[in-house]
Amino acid sequence: MSYAIDTLEHMFEYEQVSPVSASAASATAEEFLAGREASSGATLTAAERVAELQSRISQMQSRTLSSTLIPTHPAIASLLPGGGLQQGSVYSVDSSAMLLMMLLAAPSAAGSWCAVVGVPEFGIEAAQRFGVDLERLVLVPHPGDQWLAVTAAIADVVDVVVARPPTRASDSAVARLASRLRQRKSTLLMVGSWPQSEAMVSLGESQWHGIGNGHGHLAAREVTVTVTSKSAGRPRSARIWLPDSSEQIRAHGAAEMAPAPLRALPHKVSA
Amino acid sequence: MKAESSQGSRVDAGALPESLPRVLVLWAPDWPVVAARQHEKLPADAPLVLVEKGLVFAAAASARAEGVTRGLRLREAQSRFPGIIDRPYDPALDSRAFEPVLAGVEELIPGVQVLRPGMCAVRVRGAALYYGGEKAAALTVIDRVNEIAASDARVGIADALFTAVHAARSTSAADPRSRGGRVRMVPAGSSAEFLSPLPIAVLEEPPIVNLLVKLGISTLGEFAHLDRLDVRTRFGELGARLHALASGRDPQAFVARTPPLDLDVVIDFEPALDRVDQVAFGIRSRADEFVAGLVQAQLVATAIRIELDSESGEVAERVWLHPRSFSASDVVDRVRWQVQGSALIEAGLSSGISRVRIVPETVDEIGNHETGLWGSGLEPRIHHGLSRVQSMLGHGGVLVPTIEGGRTLQARQRLTAWGDRSVTERSPQRPWPGVLPAPLPGTVFSTRHAVHVFAEDGTTVSVDERGHVAAPPAQFSTSDSRSRTLTAWAGPWPLAERWWEAESPGRSWRFQAVDDTGCAWLLVLDDGGWWAEARYD
Repeated sequence: MSYAIDTLEHMFEYEQVSPVSASAASATAEEFLAGREASSGATLTAAERVAELQSRISQMQSRTLSSTLIPTHPAIASLLPGGGLQQGSVYSVDSSAMLLMMLLAAPSAAGSWCAVVGVPEFGIEAAQRFGVDLERLVLVPHPGDQWLAVTAAIADVVDVVVARPPTRASDSAVARLASRLRQRKSTLLMVGSWPQSEAMVSLGESQWHGIGNGHGHLAAREVTVTVTSKSAGRPRSARIWLPDSSEQIRAHGAAEMAPAPLRALPHKVSA
Repeated sequence: MKAESSQGSRVDAGALPESLPRVLVLWAPDWPVVAARQHEKLPADAPLVLVEKGLVFAAAASARAEGVTRGLRLREAQSRFPGIIDRPYDPALDSRAFEPVLAGVEELIPGVQVLRPGMCAVRVRGAALYYGGEKAAALTVIDRVNEIAASDARVGIADALFTAVHAARSTSAADPRSRGGRVRMVPAGSSAEFLSPLPIAVLEEPPIVNLLVKLGISTLGEFAHLDRLDVRTRFGELGARLHALASGRDPQAFVARTPPLDLDVVIDFEPALDRVDQVAFGIRSRADEFVAGLVQAQLVATAIRIELDSESGEVAERVWLHPRSFSASDVVDRVRWQVQGSALIEAGLSSGISRVRIVPETVDEIGNHETGLWGSGLEPRIHHGLSRVQSMLGHGGVLVPTIEGGRTLQARQRLTAWGDRSVTERSPQRPWPGVLPAPLPGTVFSTRHAVHVFAEDGTTVSVDERGHVAAPPAQFSTSDSRSRTLTAWAGPWPLAERWWEAESPGRSWRFQAVDDTGCAWLLVLDDGGWWAEARYD
């Protein structure tokens, strides 16, 4: 419940809220307070109530943002809010190079330019094997103190930018960058946590195949990729081969972490 | 026939121009060797051998004296004279090194025709009047050339190019030490007599020459004796041309080269400037002139060289490439970056800048660089954006990756600054036995981290000469001393690269290991201990 309040506060703090959405949000807050009173006796549990409110907030937010999806790897697209990476949004991504490469591969293959800022150890050859086109990849390994300005300048011209912030950015800088991204319609993948990100993509349990105790070699890896976003409610996760034994990335069979809501099966009418 | 040809061209009207242009041919023997020697700054008597495709292409006189000849295999040449210095043959170097010689000759006598690197021709009539005789002119040229390139230049003077070339070549028979011996003059109208005893092989047309030799014709004189029409009927146009050459009537027209345009821009600052913005402001209008000058010559620059002279006499120069072509503001940017770089550490200029020189290094036809109706290859927007980042971080701040051939992860990746030409030295397409099996690690540390790898009992894991692991690795700790338990490992895979070189990295053993968090590592054991080279994350 406190999470919902946080969300609302967050919204007022960072988002340039248009008058319409502000009034809508305050209306939601009233409803929320009313709902809390009602919930003491009503059938809705607190968690359900929060989920409902969050989905309404996200509906209102999505009305203000006209978002277009960029090509996203099918293994992860279904986990992301909106069904893929959105133009003009920021995503927090766990510090995993292969996860970044998976997110870069699809837009790069579709002809977008990609840039990697502040990650000097980015494995180029692995990126190429995963499908990132090196002809359209630019690296800025050491942006130094100007990383925010560099990231913004690159995001002006490059469609997908990976950046690793060396320092914490001020809230105003974060908001400026977010509005610039929205204007330029480029997608930013932040390594590590980032306030105001559309979703947080994290890498869970990973299991390597093909290697034993003194024999074999690393051949394939199964990982759990979890996407947490404020709009989608609960985190969604999937087992993904990152990569499988033929160096391909593919879903292992997606499953939601939280149990799916029970639904009654329709009666079979026998003839 | 002979009488007819020796009387000169006036009889054979049409085949030759009205008046005979006396031609001076300058020949620098062993030019490839001279050029390479200059480039490598080797002494004049170094036994330098240039190698092309495993065969000796050219050899210095000192190597030839030991029996090294053109066309030998390198092994054979080394067995004949183990002391030879072998270098790959670079035709571009030949031409490049000949350029100052041409400029030097042009200063003395205008209108130079380049025959090939190491040989050029000029009309000598005017020079003969100026220097007081053909021989005096020839000696002046020889002195000048020997001053520029430490070579043993020879000169031949005759009525036509072909004769003059062979006159120059025939000087080698004479004593080269005397100055006069380096010049061979064929008097006007006596080309045919001079050429007559030369072997037929100098025509350098093997099919016809071989046939003529089989027909019993072994000298140019005998070939010239044949009737012109008969030769034309039997051997066609080519035969007729060779016949004309052999009779001392070179139909080749003399075409003097056009000296390259002077497109350089030099800006002097008085007093010297020590601030970047002042320099940038000072060159702005001249940069416009520089580009306008190129445009007037129907050219664009795709590479420029910028030379900065400081007050204390230091020179910092650098070549800048452009993916498309330089505009005036691009030129100003490059100067600014270079000054910025040099003001700090890069070029180490310690005083104010007194002179900036902008030289077009590579130019191209302007027509190839016009923006098409539907835009050109590289998106200009990307280029502008990235150039802006370069102006924040410096030229090397924005990098473009390429994959190269190699065995280690570091060797396989190459980063080139945005705008520079990427040069691949080793082809990645070739098989590289010993490369890591797929999948490759996503994180390749730019400097590898020292780690410690322990066995169960806490001893450091070692590998003996035969690749036997003393005890299976069970734990490893990175520099931040957090110990990780290993759940799986594989290896060791030996890697011994360039073991024959003194500074070779030595033998190393590679391991893959998975720690308890599910993260996999590429660990390397070499003489210096254990290292983490990459992470599969």
